[in-house]
Amino acid sequence: MDIRRDIYQAIADPTRRAILTLLTISAMTPNTIAGHFGSSRQAVSKHIQILAECGAVDQDQRGREIFYKLNIDKMKEIDRWMEAFRKLWEIRFDQLDNILKDL
Amino acid sequence: MTNNFVFEPDLAAKKIHIVREFNAPIEKVWQAFTDPDVLMKWIAPKPWTAEAKTWDFTVGGTSLYAMVSAEGQKHWVYAEFTAIEDGSAISQTGMFCDADGNPNHEAPKSYRDTKFLSIEGNRTKVDSVITFEDESTIKWFVEGGFKEGTVMTFTQLDELLAVQ
Repeated sequence: MDIRRDIYQAIADPTRRAILTLLTISAMTPNTIAGHFGSSRQAVSKHIQILAECGAVDQDQRGREIFYKLNIDKMKEIDRWMEAFRKLWEIRFDQLDNILKDL
Repeated sequence: MTNNFVFEPDLAAKKIHIVREFNAPIEKVWQAFTDPDVLMKWIAPKPWTAEAKTWDFTVGGTSLYAMVSAEGQKHWVYAEFTAIEDGSAISQTGMFCDADGNPNHEAPKSYRDTKFLSIEGNRTKVDSVITFEDESTIKWFVEGGFKEGTVMTFTQLDELLAVQ
């Protein structure tokens, strides 16, 4: 695994975001995922590989087939950072309320 | 009184929409965003403080300020003003900085368009849209633009530690 990859690379590409959206419905095999896209299986396979390297998806071996499923905990990293950014602006504006009173 | 705070990230569109109403006339709110002495009083979440190093509020002018932790750690925030409509709108381009506050012109940028609107009751609405140039800057923005998110995380950690 390439440790330089992170969760933001997972969502940095429209096809990968579409794959992630697809996987919110259910776990899928690479073939099923590829069937939803116009691009080649190799291209989709590459995206799945990147998603796996980012930790956005996990493999689930079922018999002879590999299913890919969302790694919800990893995706929550994004929410946490977003929440921190939202909180920053909220606090800033609350501080500004106080400044405006005396301005 | 409600302040109608809105924070809507749209990762697919690489945008974030931030709206807030203030119980003050538009002239004062405008001053709070454009006078560095006032801006530095509210832009950093306590216990962080902000220090302006450069503030040239003209089209093509630049701003550089540092958010400083209680321990003296600095996070630089750099921007260029690309459009100013006096009293009503500001457009700026944000860039990454190195540890000394030098902007990296090659790195992906962010754009912030802020509008100021006078609303009923001598109040003011501030409406900002932050747009990110590159998909990869979502990371930057999620981390809060020049690690502002990190600042927040530390602040929240401080609060957490304080109550324990």
